[in-house]
Amino acid sequence: MFGIFDIYFLQAVIDGVLLGGVFALLALGLNLIFGVIDVVWICYGELLMAGMYGMYYCYTVYHLPFLVAALVSIAAVGGLGVLLHLLVIAPLLGTAPLNQLLATGGVLFLLQSAATVLFGIDFRNLGIRLPILDVAGMYLSYARLIAFLVALAGMAALYLFLSKSYIGAAIRAIAQDRQIMPLMGVDTRRIYIVTSAIGGGLAGLGAMILVLQYDVQPFVGLTFAPITFLVCVLGGLGNMIGGSVAAVLFAEIISIAGLYLDLEWGYVFAFGIFVVLMFFRPQGLLARRRS
Amino acid sequence: MNRIFPWLMGAVLVALPFVYHQPYPLHLMVLVLIWSFAYTSWSVMGRFGLVSFGHGGFMGIGAYVSALLWNHFHLTPWLGIPLGMAAAAAVALVIGYPSFRFRITGHYFALLTLALSVIVLQLVTATREFTGGSLGYTPERYNHGDSIYALQFPGRDTWYLIALAVWAAGLLIRWRVDRSMLRYALEAIAEDEDAAAAAGVHVTAEKLKVTVLSAAMTALAGALYGQYQMFISPDTVSGVAVSLQMVFAVVVGGLYVLLGPTVGAALTISLTETLRVWFGTGAIGWDNVVYGTLLVLFIIFLPQGLLGSLMAWFGPARVRGR
Repeated sequence: MFGIFDIYFLQAVIDGVLLGGVFALLALGLNLIFGVIDVVWICYGELLMAGMYGMYYCYTVYHLPFLVAALVSIAAVGGLGVLLHLLVIAPLLGTAPLNQLLATGGVLFLLQSAATVLFGIDFRNLGIRLPILDVAGMYLSYARLIAFLVALAGMAALYLFLSKSYIGAAIRAIAQDRQIMPLMGVDTRRIYIVTSAIGGGLAGLGAMILVLQYDVQPFVGLTFAPITFLVCVLGGLGNMIGGSVAAVLFAEIISIAGLYLDLEWGYVFAFGIFVVLMFFRPQGLLARRRS
Repeated sequence: MNRIFPWLMGAVLVALPFVYHQPYPLHLMVLVLIWSFAYTSWSVMGRFGLVSFGHGGFMGIGAYVSALLWNHFHLTPWLGIPLGMAAAAAVALVIGYPSFRFRITGHYFALLTLALSVIVLQLVTATREFTGGSLGYTPERYNHGDSIYALQFPGRDTWYLIALAVWAAGLLIRWRVDRSMLRYALEAIAEDEDAAAAAGVHVTAEKLKVTVLSAAMTALAGALYGQYQMFISPDTVSGVAVSLQMVFAVVVGGLYVLLGPTVGAALTISLTETLRVWFGTGAIGWDNVVYGTLLVLFIIFLPQGLLGSLMAWFGPARVRGR
């Protein structure tokens, strides 16, 4: 009895880690945008949705090879990010931060309903059936394993880009001081556009991973967006390492509570614990102490 | 003119169901009034920069507490609704006190309250044996749906008058808040918390007052909606989508003017209905395409909302936005 229970528990823990990787990847783009441009894209979940539809159409409808489909949809969502920045965020950069939050909320409605109009409310999936791995009596989803690895690769690539490349250095500099850097000759507008493209592209990458495991429908964004926001906030908005820690923490709570109770209870606990943690670490789990 | 006008409008609104009996427009007006009240409740705190994405949660608490008490314990909504409001107020206190004490503001407050919406939504789904989960929940009919004791009425005109009274009370409460010391305290806090505290404003207490008030009012809106529709589900009275809808309708109408939330509710509901009548079932989604576009345009070009901007252009000089 205990032995069986144990292996289920271990499986839930491993599942949690894998899921945590996915959450961390989802949070990455949002965190980058927040850290650099200081706005929260409330419509981030809808960018994921757009990417998932992109994958569905490229792969299932137009029969492109998987990797080509992935590249096309990542580029498309990156382009969407740039559009979002130019049309919505840029005109509002000087105004109250909440206006930017609310404007991207409008985009949320727009994208969600545009998807309803264009694609209908049917649930669609890629039709790829990935095998389930049997490791020492535990059943691990192959899709989740791939997702986890892609998430790790995505994070590593972003880290390398930010730390090694010239424009990456400029992005980090802007994130540190938005006032001074323009005076030092950094073109803020260009950096913001590049950042928005990367943030959107990361949403596209996240979408590629999600679409392996979940069906697409116009409201799918609302399923993933709240978790993504809370992961970012708990990690400290703009703090990517904190975000990854928070992602794994969240995923473990959801996964382990889902083992003993329903999945919904997992979410109730995860969000409840989030609220409590916020009171103790309002600046995020790994926040540097600021005056 | 300015003194008589509200009374005149009030008299017209009260007299309306006695001369006009078309069920469908009356139904829409009841919905507009109930949602206007909910949006007004949100704006009571929202206008001071306390942007909450948790009001869908408060609305759900009000609706579900009174419906559950009625079905499981046969407790009349006359007691169940105050209990639901008390429950929402208690939750507001539990969430609000630490947030305000530990200075969680702006984005962080918005996203923290978003978690509240998610928690209520998932809780309703998780306890589906009692709440019906995502399939929704219906308060039991009593005496063929015609009973003051059970707060169930067959006629739309009765509901219209109830909703009108509650809506007017909501406006009165917001008006009173606008004329109280609380308003000055909260405006000072919205400008600069530290300076307000230094000037002797008890930041945490003032914010809590308005949050608890707003949460209790929103719970009443949820309960009324449930009693009127005789059906509640997580999609219609709680959750993230409802919270967002609440915030955005107020922004479209105008956050800083008394009737802004009402204009927002009337605008959004009539937009949905008009498009539905025009396009039939083909309209699914189009209302939100228009709505989302309007929202973005409003925030960029008319940040004071429709009514707020109109009043700033044509109104007396003392009406000013921010």
